Amino acid sequence: MDLTTIWFLLVAVLFTGYFILEGFDFGVGMLLPVLGRDDRERRVLINTIGPVWDGNEVWLITAGGAMFAAFPEWYATLFSGFYLPLLLILLALIARGVAFEYRHKRPEATWKRRWDTAIFCGSLLPAILWGVAFANILRGVPLDADHEYVGGLLNLLNPYALLGAATTAALFGTHGALFIALKTTGDIRHRAGALAVKLGLATTVATAAFLTWTLTIRASAAAVVLALGATLALLGALAAARVRREGWAFTGTALAIGLTVATLFAALFPNVLPSTGDPAGTLTATNAASTPYTLKIMTWVAVVFTPVVLAYQGWTYWVFRKRIGVANIPQH
Amino acid sequence: MDALDVARWQFGVTTVYHFLFVPLTIGLSILVAILQTLWHRTGNERYLKLTRFYGKLFLINFAMGVVTGIVQEFQFGMNWSDYSRFVGDIFGAPLAIEALVAFFLESTFIGLWIFGWDRLPKRLHLASIWVAAIGSNLSAYFILAANSFMQNPVGYRINPDTGRAELTDFLAVLTNKVALITFPHTIAGSFLVAGSLMLTVGLWHLMRNRDSADTDAYRFATRLGGWTVMISTALVLITGDIQGKIMTQVQPMKMAAAEGLYTTESPASFSVLTIGSLDGSREIFAIKIPYLLSYLGTGDPNGTVHGINDLQAQYASQYGPGSYTPIIPVTYWSFRLMIGFGLAAAAIALLVLWTQRQGRTPTNRWLLRAGLILPILPLLANSFGWIFTEMGRQPWIVFGEMLTRDGVSRSVSLTEVLTSFTAFTLVYATLAVIECKLLIRYARAGVPDLTPTPEPDDTDDTERPLAFAY
Ligand code: HDD
Ligand code: HEM
Ligand code: HEM
Repeated sequence: MDLTTIWFLLVAVLFTGYFILEGFDFGVGMLLPVLGRDDRERRVLINTIGPVWDGNEVWLITAGGAMFAAFPEWYATLFSGFYLPLLLILLALIARGVAFEYRHKRPEATWKRRWDTAIFCGSLLPAILWGVAFANILRGVPLDADHEYVGGLLNLLNPYALLGAATTAALFGTHGALFIALKTTGDIRHRAGALAVKLGLATTVATAAFLTWTLTIRASAAAVVLALGATLALLGALAAARVRREGWAFTGTALAIGLTVATLFAALFPNVLPSTGDPAGTLTATNAASTPYTLKIMTWVAVVFTPVVLAYQGWTYWVFRKRIGVANIPQH
Repeated sequence: MDALDVARWQFGVTTVYHFLFVPLTIGLSILVAILQTLWHRTGNERYLKLTRFYGKLFLINFAMGVVTGIVQEFQFGMNWSDYSRFVGDIFGAPLAIEALVAFFLESTFIGLWIFGWDRLPKRLHLASIWVAAIGSNLSAYFILAANSFMQNPVGYRINPDTGRAELTDFLAVLTNKVALITFPHTIAGSFLVAGSLMLTVGLWHLMRNRDSADTDAYRFATRLGGWTVMISTALVLITGDIQGKIMTQVQPMKMAAAEGLYTTESPASFSVLTIGSLDGSREIFAIKIPYLLSYLGTGDPNGTVHGINDLQAQYASQYGPGSYTPIIPVTYWSFRLMIGFGLAAAAIALLVLWTQRQGRTPTNRWLLRAGLILPILPLLANSFGWIFTEMGRQPWIVFGEMLTRDGVSRSVSLTEVLTSFTAFTLVYATLAVIECKLLIRYARAGVPDLTPTPEPDDTDDTERPLAFAY
């Protein structure tokens, strides 16, 4: 396998990791007003992700950095082309990150309510917009021969991308509900489990539809297999959620998100950003890539450090494995 | 006004804003780790109280550093896509390594530290703040190596077919002499900020309630902060001096611009202050120190320092017609303000240390007032340092290789950049107010009463409150 293919895979892995991990953070944030009936319950929800959300977000920063280093043309075209959606994602991530840290810093109810809104919007908005962005990457966007984006904003809001948005939002919502069911005790746990079953059904329909549509746009044998796997994983998650096997159900949605992202990347390869305008504008893993020398160095760095990162992040989840409930929330 | 101007303003505003939080993260993380280590070693509870107290201030600041940093990383692709295409082969690598090696460490271990008081054995808990602090300091190195490439490109070639810069020697990029000296200068400048904050908060409490049970703790914090300021000032001066010499070699125009030196001089004198026009045509009043500029720039009191006019002519013949001169008043004043604000901070800290000698408690109200503005001074010094570094490089985005105006995104419209610039400015301004209020509120609250931290316990059914919860 040549280096550009390896880096295509690595970027895919980083985004997959990002969506699996921050997917449930987004889900928890989106469900805050739904599952958190009072302040203490909302604090339980926020504290399920408290120690880990920042580490999860670094997956995005690393994916962005890896794209910049390995496929500068892709990074440049994508981020300048998808300007406004990306701006909204950044603003959402700002609001949400500060909210987690500042929400409990003052006792007033209005203060908390405002930050709760920031967490809700800051989680829902990226969950939707990442769907829009990745659907458009797969579908292709108008590029000129210099790989510059020549479409407008409305170009990005096509029906397929909107279905993608619904899919990511639903997937992350279900994933988050199951994470809450897995990490809490008492009443919240049961409500979250019940909600996951309801959401799960809609999620399965949306995801199956989105993946089918995807395969009609672009397909490869691997993509078909992965898409089937994603759908099966969701059905498995749904079945496990019904009988309240939270661990299995959560594994199911994690797999489903991972396989959905993998489907998109597998269908895309060897392109990284197809052009619907000038065919010469299409970016591929080859014409968007850095030099072999840079890729070789980056490969070594990734080979050495990725396992270390995985080890200590995994260990963090182990340290905070305990379920929490309303009784565990301190008075202030 | 075109998209380029707005993109530049946006980069300047968001980066300077990011760098208001960065120095505190870099410096305070280490100072808090030191306090916790002292507690661990001595068992003296005043250190634990200080750890928790300054830890809280640190975290209020950290949150802002994180969220503003994400903007920085994506901004290159959004507003500077042609720049990203041109240097991606070189510039992307340190950025990606920074994320993989430093940001993961930092964010994961901060999480362990915040929530781990009753989850981790004491030693591991202590280790986690150290790891996070080292992660922060490590991240600074990689980003500064990336930035140094823009000041002094090394370890690359220009591919004649694509016109893009390609990496030929990664080690050379990481050991760029500009990076090697910028790193200690920036870290020292960061400790200047962190030490100042620690001193100010300690001093305020010390002078407010004289005989509280925690006087001892505040006295210690004031002294630790004061000494941190003194030591980092020394380091800032030493490294700044070396930086000046390297800058004269690799970016002579920046040194000439820092001085508003139009004609080549040997020996050259350092202008402390010039009133008049800075284009060299009219000088009303000037204070000059003979030989100093020659010494700063070359290490030899009689050395030659090139003037703007000569360099402009030289660059024009080398790179083609055009202006290669930065905006002189900006570089001239930002350089002086950097040094001036930094030294002013050191003077105040020295005064505070002096009034505290042999266990005395300072009483002078003016001292308290000076102490209260103290943390703002090194923050300003840092901002002006960056404004000088970056504006002094203009019109280049990568010195000698790419002009700033060629780096901007071609496909992004003026409306789009204006939207994002306005949005970031408004959001950042709002957050600045919120953050300042919170910092002051928690700084006033003083050190906490200690509740014993329970031993780690992993069973699911305990009703015990968490030691820390959002
Ligand atoms: C000298 C140090 C320094 C400089 C010049 C910069 N930063 Fe920074 N950055 C840090 C030092 C730092 C830090 C100390 O490591 C921060 C501050 C607070 C924090 O959480 O980490 C950080 C946070 C931070 C984050 C969030 C990390 C996280 O989630 O934990 C990102 C993505 C960036 N930065 C990226 C950048 C980029 C792209 C810059 C260039 C324009 C930049 N920073 C300038
Ligand atoms: C590695 C880190 C950095 C990189 C890669 C970087 C890169 C850049 C780039 C791309 C620009 C825009 C082009 C230009 O106008 O020159 C710029 C300008 C600027 N940057 Fe930096 N910068 C870095 C760090 C910083 C920091 C930490 C500060 C200050 C806190 C700073 C302050 C500025 C200022 C004031 C400008 C001028 C804006 C203008 O063009 O008017 N930079 N830099
Ligand atoms: C007399 C003392 C000082 C001297 C001679 C000095 C010198 C310099 C020089 C020459 C640069 C430009 C480096 C380059 O572009 O390559 C610089 C940058 C900078 N200075 Fe200073 N400095 C001094 C004091 C300070 C102080 C007190 C602070 C902050 C508290 C500070 C913070 C900075 C920062 C943040 C930068 C930009 C980053 C960098 O390039 O290192 N400096 N300084």
